[in-house]
Amino acid sequence: MTRLHVDWTRCDGHGACAELVPELLAGDEWGFPLSRTGERDPEVPPALEEHAEHAVRSCPLMALRLV
Amino acid sequence: MTATPLTDTRRLLSAEPMGALPRLSPDSLLALAEDAGLTGRGGAGFPTAIKVRAVTQGRRAPVVVGNAMEGEPLSCKDAVLLTRVPHLVVDGLAIVAGALGAHEAVLAIGPEIDPTAATEAARTRGVEVARLEGGFVTGQESALVNQLDGRPAIPGDPLVRVTTRGVDGRPTLVLNAETLAQLGLIARHGVAWFREAGTPEDPGTSLFSISGAVEQAGVVEAPRGSRLGDVLASAGPVHPVAVLVGGFHGAWLPATALDTRLTSHDLKPYGAAVGAGVLHVLGHDLCPIRMAAGIAGYLADESAAQCGPCINGLPRMADALERLADRVPDPGLPAEIDRMRLLATGRGACAHPDGTARMVASTMRVFADHVSRHLAGHCEVEGGRR
Repeated sequence: MTRLHVDWTRCDGHGACAELVPELLAGDEWGFPLSRTGERDPEVPPALEEHAEHAVRSCPLMALRLV
Repeated sequence: MTATPLTDTRRLLSAEPMGALPRLSPDSLLALAEDAGLTGRGGAGFPTAIKVRAVTQGRRAPVVVGNAMEGEPLSCKDAVLLTRVPHLVVDGLAIVAGALGAHEAVLAIGPEIDPTAATEAARTRGVEVARLEGGFVTGQESALVNQLDGRPAIPGDPLVRVTTRGVDGRPTLVLNAETLAQLGLIARHGVAWFREAGTPEDPGTSLFSISGAVEQAGVVEAPRGSRLGDVLASAGPVHPVAVLVGGFHGAWLPATALDTRLTSHDLKPYGAAVGAGVLHVLGHDLCPIRMAAGIAGYLADESAAQCGPCINGLPRMADALERLADRVPDPGLPAEIDRMRLLATGRGACAHPDGTARMVASTMRVFADHVSRHLAGHCEVEGGRR
């Protein structure tokens, strides 16, 4: 099972991730990623793995990881 | 707050120094911690055996750190231990370090604690004493490791556990000062002795720091699972309205619940836990919303200021609570507090936002009637609208 982990010590709220995997992450009112599933690190369904990987690569602060 | 021991017990606060230390193998240390059912006394209450096992699985010799940062302003039990029975903490640390073949044993002491006696006790036991800078979150494991390694004293991403990679990149076992003292006594007197106090599920004793509306604030040792009212009795509560159990990250128990046993099971309905044993009594002369707003504001200021939801959410939550305390006629305040609480929860590197949100949630729940009256412009302690 793959999860999408936000490293909060790096995240600066650029918001790219919420645009690239809107099924898993929304943006809060300050632009920080907000898990849509309510889980701390939302589970990534197989169909979304490619999008999640793209989000991980696109984060300007390298704050996202698949774990 | 004064660090006055309220009672002496034959366990922690009146323990005599040991001669030669018992030498344990890693397995026998692990067995002692496991069979004793020892849990961490620093706040999180994590089973000690699981942490010990984790550092034995690394390839490099571990570092063992005694945590006496005591960043919680309402706690003073580690200060009492390190000034009254420093040898107990130091010996516990030396026994653990010896059993694990540790590369290094460090006792980390926060700025509120006089290190003189501990430094003297550490001299002959191969334990290094590190005096570190303070702050509410500096005792958090990864923040402590960061500070010991010369980095800023702020928490790291929890994906990398300090038991895997901590001080100097080595597996690192961080145990609270009281946990080490308890382990030292277990090594000396055995598991059966330890289990004579407490309950089968939650054995042993704990130190409790009692403050607030009491005749005498201080530290008391009591069996785990004691009733809240019994633990408070020696301090002499004065017109108690509620008790904040677990400190600034804790939760309230109303005075009607003083017969509640201090176990994780019995405290769960209140969202509370024994934590580091902080019991703060709220008297009838302080508005609970005002008190909670003050704590929330303090905690917002104590944020390590690295995680967005904590930086943004905690001040907003504290501000809304302050406005509620001031009886600002805004019926949207409870919803705003709730929203900030949910935005802060589970969205940070450490548990600081979660703990703050927990205390605020408990305030809104336990003092729901008080909240309603505030919204109507009245406070039974502070009077009419300001």
